[in-house]
Amino acid sequence: MDFFIAIVQILDSTIRLSVPLLLACLAGLYSERAGVFDIGLEGKMLVGAFAGAAAASVLHSALLGLGTAILISVAFAMVHGFASITHRGNQIVSGVAINFIAAGSTIMLGQHWFQQGGRTPALAPGERFEAITWPGADALRDVPIIGPIYSELISGHSILVYFAFLMVPFAWWVLYRTRFGLRLRAVGENPAAVDTAGISVAWLRYRALICTGILTGVAGAYLSMVQNGGFVKDMTAGKGYIALAALIFAKWKPVNAMFACLLFGFLDALSIRLQGTPLPVIGKVPVQFMQALPYVLTVILLAGFIGKAIPPRAGGVPYVKER
Amino acid sequence: MSTPYAKLPAWADYGLIPVINLFVAFVVAGFVVVLVGENPFRAAVILVQGAFGKGTGIAFTLFYATTFIFSGLSVAVAAHCGLFNIGGEGQGYIAGLGIGVVCLAFDSVLPWWLTFPLAIVAAAAMGALWALIPAYLQARRGSHIVITTIMFNFIAASVMVYALVGFLKPLGSMAPQTRTFLDGAQLPKLNWVIELFGAKIRSAPLNVCFLLALLMAFLVWLLIWRTRLGYEMRTYGHSAKAARYAGISETRIVIIAMMISGALAGMMALNPTMGDQHNVALDFVSGAGFVGIAVALMGRLHPVGIVLAAILFGMLYQGGAELAFEMPAISRDMIVIIQGLVILFAGALEHMFRPYIQALFASISPKTVGIEAVKGKGA
Amino acid sequence: MAQAAIELIGINKSFGAVRANRDINLEVARGTIHGIVGENGAGKSTLMSILYGFYQADSGEIRVGGQPASIKTPNDAIALGIGMVHQHFMLVDNFSVLENVILGAESDALLKRSIAKARSELERLEREYGLEVDPDAIIEELPVGLQQRVEILKALYRGAEILILDEPTGVLTPAEADHLFRILKQLKEQGKTVVLITHKLREIMAITDTVSVMRQGTMVATRVTKETTVGELAELMVGRRVLLRVEKGEAEAGAVKLAVKNLTVKDQRGVTMVDDISFDLRAGEIVGIAGVAGNGQSELLEAISGIRHAVSGSVMLDGKPIDLTGKADPGELRDRGLAHVPEDRHHVGLVLAFEENENSILGYHDDERYLKGPLLDIDAIRNDAKDKIAKYDIRPADCRLKTANFSGGNQQKIVLAREMEQDPGVLIVGQPTRGVDVGAIEFIHKRLIAMRDQGKAVLVVSVELDEIRSLSDRILVMFAGRIVGERGPEATEGELGLLMAGVEQREAAQ
Repeated sequence: MDFFIAIVQILDSTIRLSVPLLLACLAGLYSERAGVFDIGLEGKMLVGAFAGAAAASVLHSALLGLGTAILISVAFAMVHGFASITHRGNQIVSGVAINFIAAGSTIMLGQHWFQQGGRTPALAPGERFEAITWPGADALRDVPIIGPIYSELISGHSILVYFAFLMVPFAWWVLYRTRFGLRLRAVGENPAAVDTAGISVAWLRYRALICTGILTGVAGAYLSMVQNGGFVKDMTAGKGYIALAALIFAKWKPVNAMFACLLFGFLDALSIRLQGTPLPVIGKVPVQFMQALPYVLTVILLAGFIGKAIPPRAGGVPYVKER
Repeated sequence: MSTPYAKLPAWADYGLIPVINLFVAFVVAGFVVVLVGENPFRAAVILVQGAFGKGTGIAFTLFYATTFIFSGLSVAVAAHCGLFNIGGEGQGYIAGLGIGVVCLAFDSVLPWWLTFPLAIVAAAAMGALWALIPAYLQARRGSHIVITTIMFNFIAASVMVYALVGFLKPLGSMAPQTRTFLDGAQLPKLNWVIELFGAKIRSAPLNVCFLLALLMAFLVWLLIWRTRLGYEMRTYGHSAKAARYAGISETRIVIIAMMISGALAGMMALNPTMGDQHNVALDFVSGAGFVGIAVALMGRLHPVGIVLAAILFGMLYQGGAELAFEMPAISRDMIVIIQGLVILFAGALEHMFRPYIQALFASISPKTVGIEAVKGKGA
Repeated sequence: MAQAAIELIGINKSFGAVRANRDINLEVARGTIHGIVGENGAGKSTLMSILYGFYQADSGEIRVGGQPASIKTPNDAIALGIGMVHQHFMLVDNFSVLENVILGAESDALLKRSIAKARSELERLEREYGLEVDPDAIIEELPVGLQQRVEILKALYRGAEILILDEPTGVLTPAEADHLFRILKQLKEQGKTVVLITHKLREIMAITDTVSVMRQGTMVATRVTKETTVGELAELMVGRRVLLRVEKGEAEAGAVKLAVKNLTVKDQRGVTMVDDISFDLRAGEIVGIAGVAGNGQSELLEAISGIRHAVSGSVMLDGKPIDLTGKADPGELRDRGLAHVPEDRHHVGLVLAFEENENSILGYHDDERYLKGPLLDIDAIRNDAKDKIAKYDIRPADCRLKTANFSGGNQQKIVLAREMEQDPGVLIVGQPTRGVDVGAIEFIHKRLIAMRDQGKAVLVVSVELDEIRSLSDRILVMFAGRIVGERGPEATEGELGLLMAGVEQREAAQ
């Protein structure tokens, strides 16, 4: 039974840890399927986290915090669009720039406004998103098997967790069942086809980036307003890049993205859980090995040893009308 | 028929446009300074004075510039071959492993001038090795090098943490770093050079790595524009098909270019470790690999430009430290913002002002701009 | 004559200093097939792109159905009932036919309803015009001819009354081209207007009602097709009597330099492009390979020059085999005396961003002459380049100028100078004068013949029949990856044309 409880606990923290990855990964999905590479997920998440926590603590409202997080994150996405869509700049370079600006400005403004070494004040209840307890969760807690699963795994998360997982079928539906999705996928494969069909390539890509901004904003808000109760400098700690890895791992598909993020989240949860504890047969696994595993797996995937990740064909290339 | 932009004179292309881009980046940075309630003009004065006002400042500026010259060259060498090596950070970090092993092994038996060459080789080899796998995967399996090098940055970080909390750390120590190197692995300072000009230097870490960096800048110039290998790299960088036609092996050229790039990134680790801290510590690279991207873009991938851009960034780092001291509202993170803005305006938005400048040139003297097109037409 | 479907009045368009369209006037009658002919770069595609809203004219007026029209985007053109089938298909390769057809013309924000509507509409169009294609097929799995049909369906689905086709037969087999023409005639019978852009005069004569000729950005003439001849159109197109012939003596063919045996080459998709080809190339002769673009000539050249992997067969250079695994070192072949002027000089034969002198050593950059120890001998390279510039009259005579700033003819001379001056035993040349101005054509032809007279073996691939006939001592005709005939230089254009169209082969198959 202890073992079972341990599993449930690991899975529970898997969910918590994979939510920011999932949101960022889906964010990247929108822009990359539209043909705009975005290694600035990290930076957009970071400004989202900062803006969310800052606004929530000043305005005393979690919702206003979330709104601000989204707003600022979208604004950064628009900078990326301005550089890489309007001015056809290098998308990688633009993404790197955004990560830098985000890393510097969050600390600097945080220090200026709150004087806590780059932190925002700890969020009070009501300023952060609380866990939602599902009906009957407490009553069922002691029922074997089902009890822990229901009350730990399913119930007891913040609204943003459920939002993140709902975004998976939603992204699938948008991409494959709507006009917008059709056009978005088309512009990532062959923008000239979209252009000659009388649709604005630029506006379509901007809209994709708005979706990206919204989701990275929520991802950031989750970090600072759910997981942590306040902003800490550099709190994304490479999650944007793991999300990018997950996106490749998922071959740019929404449902795959969820599984990839859960896998990476699970590895993270496991490495925290196993810290220092030896495993049977294998012995003691270094924490660093578990931390590096998502990246190693992605490299192996990219090398084509486990399936082939084919990116959207027009990805990374600014659209120029040919004549 | 094919040039979308009319041609500008070379001085405008390589001088004016970068300066305008840089200027805009600083104007935007100035707004950030205003936002935190300080006077941007005074901040600029403090920044420049902090970097160049005193001998110590100059020495610090050049110390920071040393690392950035290496990382900028690293990005540039790969870029000439059409590759975006975003993994300088990891290649530099992992080079610390080679440096650590060499220094710990030899610092008690060899003088610095023997340890140093060994450490250079170890650093370059580790950096090159760390670039080898992404290069191979790019050349043979088509894996996007930007993504693989990012992944390798993180893998390097894990490996280094593992090494620094493990076998590199002295027994019984809690700090994740090597012991302090003995004299045999401490590089001599260069401060006396600046003192020759009459400036006083208290203590600054400027060391012989600076000379190595300048040497590397020269060698990179020689490599790119004066050797067969450089010619092949540039050919491949401009057109893979032309390279194939010219008998240049894609696998070979990608791997060699990336390994040289990785070796240069690896060498940047010498400066903070053997030159300054005299140990290998957690996160000693602290973003210098990424600064290389800004430096290379700013320097237009030319070694001379890179040295100048590296000094500019060295100035930002040193002056920024001074600024943080004088104006408490501005932390050193201001430098990170400025870096980002420079990458944005000199890199991603490099062509933003070009049409306006071309229009301006066209209105001043129609000949300068029109002549190329006319040449192109007649035959 | 019927009412005008389109009128273009005084259209001007410049790209930088290049005037692509000068003061163009054009009237296309409703319910007709109107051809627009002209050489590459005559401004045909630019004009049609203006009509389709892809570019904006600098000045001039467009009228559609007699009404002045402002066409700023393809959307405006579509709304006016103008549809366009581009030379390079504007299709999303991994989408289905239906998805491609509705893209941009979805009737509903949700796909389900749009697709349902499109499916029945598509069935109607298929019936009406004989445009059968599986609506659920994925584009990249369809042959080129069917992909083009999807493009036509796309236009019709948007209610196009005026259909513009830009070089539609360039990628088609003759059978597919015939089918296309039947479809176009059917469209005409249904009252649609068709504008056909091409540089193939035979097509114009076969299908159009009227034809307009463009030359160097201007509209030089419009004729009723029945009242004109191929000769007249050709003359209008080039502005001089065609059939330039370079004086040349009898060939004195010597030993076999290059022997191709049973060579088979497949492209990336696994389609057989070169199918069991054998021929010999002897010293002192020029062999020309004629054929419609895309019949395997490019792949043949690439395989011989060691760039492309061949599935089977052998190529012997001076009696020794060439590595056909695709891993051959082109540098080694150069050392063995095989020089190659590639078809695509912009991406293969030259690095446009390089200085002229840097391009003058491309492929020979590891030659001792250009090296000084481990370094490049810059002085030797530049002096060498200057010599070639003088010898080949390359203008401007500046070896430090960026290659992109030379005209097409001079760029081609840079490549030719480099390859010919290596004194190769075998020279293979792809499209020697594509995009080259008239003066340079003559120069290049004379050089090639001079090579032959020096006893070199020269293989020329060209889609320009005149060029092949003027240069070659023997002519091989390629069709669908095979050599379908060999003729002497006295062969008539008509005879070669039939071979190029694969006529003999198809008759044999029936």
